[in-house]
Amino acid sequence: MFHIYCPHCAEYREEEEFHAAGQAHIPRPLDPEACSDKEWGEYMFFRKNPRGIHHELWVHAAGCRKFFNMTRNTQTYEIKEVYKIGEQPSVVAE
Amino acid sequence: MTQQNRLQSGGRIDRSKPLTFTYNGKQFSGFQGDTLASAMLANGIDVVGRSFKYSRPRGIVACGAEEPNAVLQLGATEATQVPNVRATQQELFNGLVSASTNGWPSVDNDVMGLMGKVGGSMMPPGFYYKTFMFPQSLWDTYESMIRKAAGLGRSPLESDPDTYDNVNQHCDVMIVGAGPAGLAAALTAARGGARVIIADEQNEFGGSLLNTKETLDGKPAAEWVNAVVAELATFEDVMMLPRSTVNGYHDHNFVTIHERCTDHLADIAPVNQARQKLHRVRAKWVVLATGAHERPLVFSNNDVPGCMVSNAVSTYINRYGVVPGNELVLMTTNDYGYQAALDWDDAGRKVVAIVDTRASGCGARAEEARKRGLNIITGSAVIEVQGSKRVSGVSVAAISADGGKVIGSVTKLKTDTVASSGGWSPVIHLSSHTGSRPTWDDKIVGFVPGPTVQKQLTAGGINGQYDTAVALKQGFDAGQKALTETGLSAAEVVLPKAETLKSDTPMTLFHIPHIKPTSAAPKQFVDYQTDVTAAGIEVACREGYESIEHVKRYTAMGFGTDQGKLGNINGMAVAAKALNKTIPETGTTIFRPNYTPISFGAIAGRNCGSLFDPERYSAMHKWHVEHGAKFEDVGQWKRPWYFPQGNETMQESLDRECLAVRDSVGILDASTLGKIDVQGKDAREFLGRVYSNAWAKLAVGKCRYGLMCGEDGMVFDDGVSACLGDNHFVMTTTTGGAARVLEWLEIYHQTEWPELEVYFNTVTDHWSTLTISGPNSRKLLSELTDYDLSNDNFKFMDWKQMKVAGVPARVFRISFTGELSFEINVQANYGTHVWEKLFEAGKKYNLTPYGTETMHILRAEKGFIIAGQDTDGSVHPYDLGMGWCVSNQKPFSYIGKRGMNREDCVRPNRKQLVGLKTKDPKAVIPEGAQAVLDPKAPIPMPMEGHVTSSYWSANLGHSIAMGFIKGGLDKMGETVFYPLADGTVIEAEICSPIFLDPKGERQNV
Repeated sequence: MFHIYCPHCAEYREEEEFHAAGQAHIPRPLDPEACSDKEWGEYMFFRKNPRGIHHELWVHAAGCRKFFNMTRNTQTYEIKEVYKIGEQPSVVAE
Repeated sequence: MTQQNRLQSGGRIDRSKPLTFTYNGKQFSGFQGDTLASAMLANGIDVVGRSFKYSRPRGIVACGAEEPNAVLQLGATEATQVPNVRATQQELFNGLVSASTNGWPSVDNDVMGLMGKVGGSMMPPGFYYKTFMFPQSLWDTYESMIRKAAGLGRSPLESDPDTYDNVNQHCDVMIVGAGPAGLAAALTAARGGARVIIADEQNEFGGSLLNTKETLDGKPAAEWVNAVVAELATFEDVMMLPRSTVNGYHDHNFVTIHERCTDHLADIAPVNQARQKLHRVRAKWVVLATGAHERPLVFSNNDVPGCMVSNAVSTYINRYGVVPGNELVLMTTNDYGYQAALDWDDAGRKVVAIVDTRASGCGARAEEARKRGLNIITGSAVIEVQGSKRVSGVSVAAISADGGKVIGSVTKLKTDTVASSGGWSPVIHLSSHTGSRPTWDDKIVGFVPGPTVQKQLTAGGINGQYDTAVALKQGFDAGQKALTETGLSAAEVVLPKAETLKSDTPMTLFHIPHIKPTSAAPKQFVDYQTDVTAAGIEVACREGYESIEHVKRYTAMGFGTDQGKLGNINGMAVAAKALNKTIPETGTTIFRPNYTPISFGAIAGRNCGSLFDPERYSAMHKWHVEHGAKFEDVGQWKRPWYFPQGNETMQESLDRECLAVRDSVGILDASTLGKIDVQGKDAREFLGRVYSNAWAKLAVGKCRYGLMCGEDGMVFDDGVSACLGDNHFVMTTTTGGAARVLEWLEIYHQTEWPELEVYFNTVTDHWSTLTISGPNSRKLLSELTDYDLSNDNFKFMDWKQMKVAGVPARVFRISFTGELSFEINVQANYGTHVWEKLFEAGKKYNLTPYGTETMHILRAEKGFIIAGQDTDGSVHPYDLGMGWCVSNQKPFSYIGKRGMNREDCVRPNRKQLVGLKTKDPKAVIPEGAQAVLDPKAPIPMPMEGHVTSSYWSANLGHSIAMGFIKGGLDKMGETVFYPLADGTVIEAEICSPIFLDPKGERQNV
């Protein structure tokens, strides 16, 4: 019904092929053993819950199976942009 | 039976097609084109229900979706019962069976009504909170009483015989409402080439134009409607949906439409037709042309049957040829309201008085009334109604210019009908669904749609524009705008010329004063369906509720199935006055989907019964069915649970299956296990990062069991992976975890370690997996292969490529039962062939098929865990006593390593998995039972852990269990107790979870 643009397939596809996989841009610490319990806990559990612009990880699960990033407005649900893993968003919160 | 209120001519009903219907067991007649409500009014039925709280008799007050009282139960049979049907929206069909939903023993003689008469003191606002919450232990008793007394209909006790559909639609312009504004918008958009959907809740298009005597281009308005509908029908890309309520307006211009396809035809849908459809529409632009509802005024006893909104009176007369009474008193704050009196007069019945709350009315309709010599009383109001099951008279008195108090003496007038008009409330429900807050407009005395992020346009009544000419123009403009915005070019439309009647300034008045203060005056109803009065709202405000949302919850205003369509604005006005605020300061509550009640059938569509969820079958499923397997759902898979023979009980089957495996050989269909093919030069490195144990040295041809943990160190899946080549592995997962594990691998590869060259693919469905297990499994397999299966050539935890029953197979020598086992993997479409060949050869070994339950018992005898049964996301490998499956030598900090070294994960006294041997060998502890150290300790007893797996073991002749105990691994030999719900206590000794063959000799032969 609702169409989401997959940056890997380079076309709009049915929303049911996708699902969200949490907040984007949370890199796994390169040296986990050097992390304190607090730092590791923040990496594992602490997530933003903004009203407005939010960067999320999505996956084209029933399509190309690739992950990508999506910038979305959590208030209006508007999708601002999608971009590949490793890329940076061009739309950010003020 | 005669229809005493039916006019001889006029209206849109077909007098040549009489219909009969039943209401509360009595038969009545009506005509094709009637609604149930208009037919009831034609027959002089006054009482259609009893009110929710006070059990007062109630009649029909409105003519559409806003009707609060005539909410009936429909259905000729048990299976076709439909609750929550508004008689005003239900078209009459021959044989319709209806009943009132409130009132015990009947609507006419109601016991509960006495309670209402005793008065407000017995049921104040917040009544339920104040009265029934204490003592809490009695709530169940209160609840059943309240449910019996209240209730608005009931659901059927039998399965619905009808089918329903969900349909997905896409369009350029979605137009909601097919009145003058909606039709003008649709015509414009259609001519411009847009893909258009236009939906209207009524049985025919035209909206308000169906109810009036208005003309367009000097001809009856219906002629223009017919012409537009006919033209729209010629466009291929226009979909017209009558009897279709747009029930929800969701984000991204997603609109849900509830179409009642056959509800107007019969009790059950005709063969091969869906009774209702839920259209799920994604629109580029949405045009809301939803019109407005007339507001009744709030005055004492304004709920007595015979009190209606004035527009409903006009509609019943003009559209259905029904005059809902003999004598009319009309009270109005505006010029539109006069129309009901003019229509009543046209119908030849007596207008007792028109009571205008303003000092004078000088609009066109008022002048017409004056010209006709109707009795107009200005500067006054109907302050009270007399009568109980029907209006018998009214009290009229002069009121102050601001409408705040009664200033003159009271005159009584005899009448049986009271119509009131407090102005109009735009139908802003849909615009509110997406979170847009409505804006108050002083000029039109109502809320209009507020700012929105949706691609939404509005036209006509929803904007507070009630003149047909303006509505047409706004519809046209909306159509043009939608065309431009979707990249189409403007269309040419010549709008018809509408009469413009001179109007005047309406008075802002909601709540009519009484000679007594509101708290002492006879009840002045604001919300009929939930029985909320003006006095009740004042009490709520006095008791400290300031937010309109709190007032709503305290009084239940707007909580009915009508969502307070008639009463909400009046309620807000009463609250605003009590709080000494303006209406915009008080604000409005938020409307939510659905606009009108919708059946579960329409929501579910075809997603019910066998189509509710896909079912997955292994290649051998047919064989299992033919051999009497009982099935168990594992994820979407149907897995054989056990194979009963003859009259065996389940336990007897399990005992037989368990013994057969350990004595000779059994076979399990293990095809459902998740299988992921992992390839690439870094495949080995990758496995080392996602499993807790070591993979660097696993040689080609070898298999290894692995535990998969989350970053928190907690086990979430397990399985055996085989090394097929230096760059090639096949991983198995739990049946239910396959999809999750694949995504887990992908997310780490794609987001964290893209530099690793590795590829994953699901091959679960590509392979059939046939596991033969037991001391005779080697002998059995050797009959189907030439391959050397000796222990020297084919060792435990090896896999070999060979031919089995003539087809290529990967055979894994791994074991989940502790017996000598071979897991035969063949291309899925060879599965049944090999399965049957095994049975041919296996006859002499008593080859016994077994299911998941026996598999569970056999593995528990060996103390093997099942991820998801013996783990719950809060246990790490050490908690499971599986430290042997954790490698601390790996250079890379694999997933779970850091997590399981957190402070809480290494503290003493964590719950650990142990075996449990009951003192009474026959007692099987229920899974989930809680362990305590002292069964006589006072409640709440300190709990030490719980049982995760527990079975009767036929092989051992006693029960076996696994469970968690705080610090359990250091408590071997100690005793714990399991107090059960029935008061008995099971005593058990903590032991190793490996009950059978602790050295693992049976699998190594």
